[in-house]
Amino acid sequence: MSSGPRWSRPLELVGQWGLRVLVETGRLGLLLFQSLVWMFRPPFRAKQIFKQMEFVGVKSLNVTVLTGFFVGAVFALQSYYGFSLFGAETLVGSTVALALTRELGPVVTALMIAGRAGSAMAAELGTMRVTEQIDALYVMAVNPVQYLVMPRILAGVIMLPVLVIIADFVGIVAGYIVGVILLGINSGIFIAKIVEYVDFSDISMGLIKAAFFGLTLSLVGCYKGFYTVGGAEGVGRSTTEAVVMSSVLILISDYFLTAVMF
Amino acid sequence: MADNIIELIDVHKSFKDQHVLQGINLQVPRGQTTVIIGRSGGGKSVILKHMIGLLKPDSGQVVVAGQDITGMDDHQLNQVRKRFGMLFQEAALFDSMDSGENVAFPLREHTKKTHAEIQRIVADKLRMVGLPGVERKLPSQLSGGMRKRVGLARAIALEPEIILYDEPTTGLDPIMCDAINRLIADTQARLGVTSVVISHDIAGAYQIAHRMAMLYEGRIIATGTPDDIKNSSDPVVQQFIQGKQEGPIEGI
Ligand SMILES: Nc1ncnc2c1ncn2[C@@H]1O[C@H](COP(=O)(O)OP(=O)(O)OP(=O)(O)O)[C@@H](O)[C@H]1O
Ligand SMILES: [Mg+2]
Repeated sequence: MSSGPRWSRPLELVGQWGLRVLVETGRLGLLLFQSLVWMFRPPFRAKQIFKQMEFVGVKSLNVTVLTGFFVGAVFALQSYYGFSLFGAETLVGSTVALALTRELGPVVTALMIAGRAGSAMAAELGTMRVTEQIDALYVMAVNPVQYLVMPRILAGVIMLPVLVIIADFVGIVAGYIVGVILLGINSGIFIAKIVEYVDFSDISMGLIKAAFFGLTLSLVGCYKGFYTVGGAEGVGRSTTEAVVMSSVLILISDYFLTAVMF
Repeated sequence: MADNIIELIDVHKSFKDQHVLQGINLQVPRGQTTVIIGRSGGGKSVILKHMIGLLKPDSGQVVVAGQDITGMDDHQLNQVRKRFGMLFQEAALFDSMDSGENVAFPLREHTKKTHAEIQRIVADKLRMVGLPGVERKLPSQLSGGMRKRVGLARAIALEPEIILYDEPTTGLDPIMCDAINRLIADTQARLGVTSVVISHDIAGAYQIAHRMAMLYEGRIIATGTPDDIKNSSDPVVQQFIQGKQEGPIEGI
């Protein structure tokens, strides 16, 4: 269907791509807007919201603790080798703590939860779409955005910061174990440097990021699931796309959030 | 005749370049059972979805209780939908809920009944569809025919004014077919509901229908009482109801 001269083909592709991004952003925004509107209309769906908070939060504890621990541990190890080159080993603790609270805690946790919960949202809503369960909700005069999407988005926004606090804490403990117990840094100094260098704002900015990433991964998961077409294959496609799209968005928005906040 | 609770007026619907409905005109009289017959893939489910606003026509009108629903917003549409119950062709049960919760769902959403009352109604409806005591079973633990009957129980749970049944008896054994046909006829007679039934079971259709309509090539080519249909002079109708391979309708 290439109609113009050959040289215009790349331009056409860029144009199509740009158009797709624009359309998709618009539809994402619309779904978010509808969820917000439905959040403040009765019935308030408390049961659904708590169920999703349990799913996103409680059921992600294991993976959060595990990744938090090893990210903290390896970061302590790496920074120890770096700092020992110029005799600044005592800074390992504060380096680990700053990196975790500002950056690694929110990003790594969000990527893990995107893979665990965001993908599940896409798969579940996608299955409900292709098996007409979403139509059944409409028929029974229940709005599926209120019943399915809003609780998941809210759960993401609320639970991600909680998980990130846990990941930060576990990661710092892991840094302590590696730095103090395994590599012999003085315990008192290790802790004193953390207290000295880590501000409350480092933690709170990290948690704002976490809430934003929680919104991103649940919104994208719901969006991909809600608009699934094409049977079981379509559900698979939506699930993959949800993980890829939310991971990319998390990494890109992380840069801009950091640039704006710090 | 004024008392048509649902009326489709010159409804057209295409999916991509496939012109599925090519000017449907159909009246559903209040308090009666209308059976729609037609070929597989002909657009019967699509017609049903238009009646409840799940699909919007490309052109034409869908009038429910005197109001055109094609231009309605979500809120207005919900008011209309509360008068309906619908059995989907593939049942569309919520697979995160057990059978009892599925049947209870519309009751929880739209009535202020107590838990005990709801449990009683649920047990009652499940018994009516021949599935007493399956409350705790998940949809994935049921056979296709059982899922359909749970879907049926869910559709009639609120005792709605209008019930849409998409192939209620397909996939059931002959005895269960008869039982479900009786249930549809009883529900209609007892509560005076309006029923629209899609069916491939011609014998069953004669049993429950006050009126029948045949869909062929995107249009309603015949309507009338079961006797009118039986005695139709249209060769297409005759071939279809007699289930013959030879005739104006192409087989394979
Ligand atoms: N959402 C949709 N998107 C695209 N095409 C569709 C959609 N729904 C239905 N169709 C097409 O419309 C046609 C009619 O479908 P429909 O489900 O109404 O058939 P039917 O008469 O109910 O058949 P059956 O008796 O086998 O259930 C089919 O060819 C189908 O491919
Ligand atoms: Mg069908």
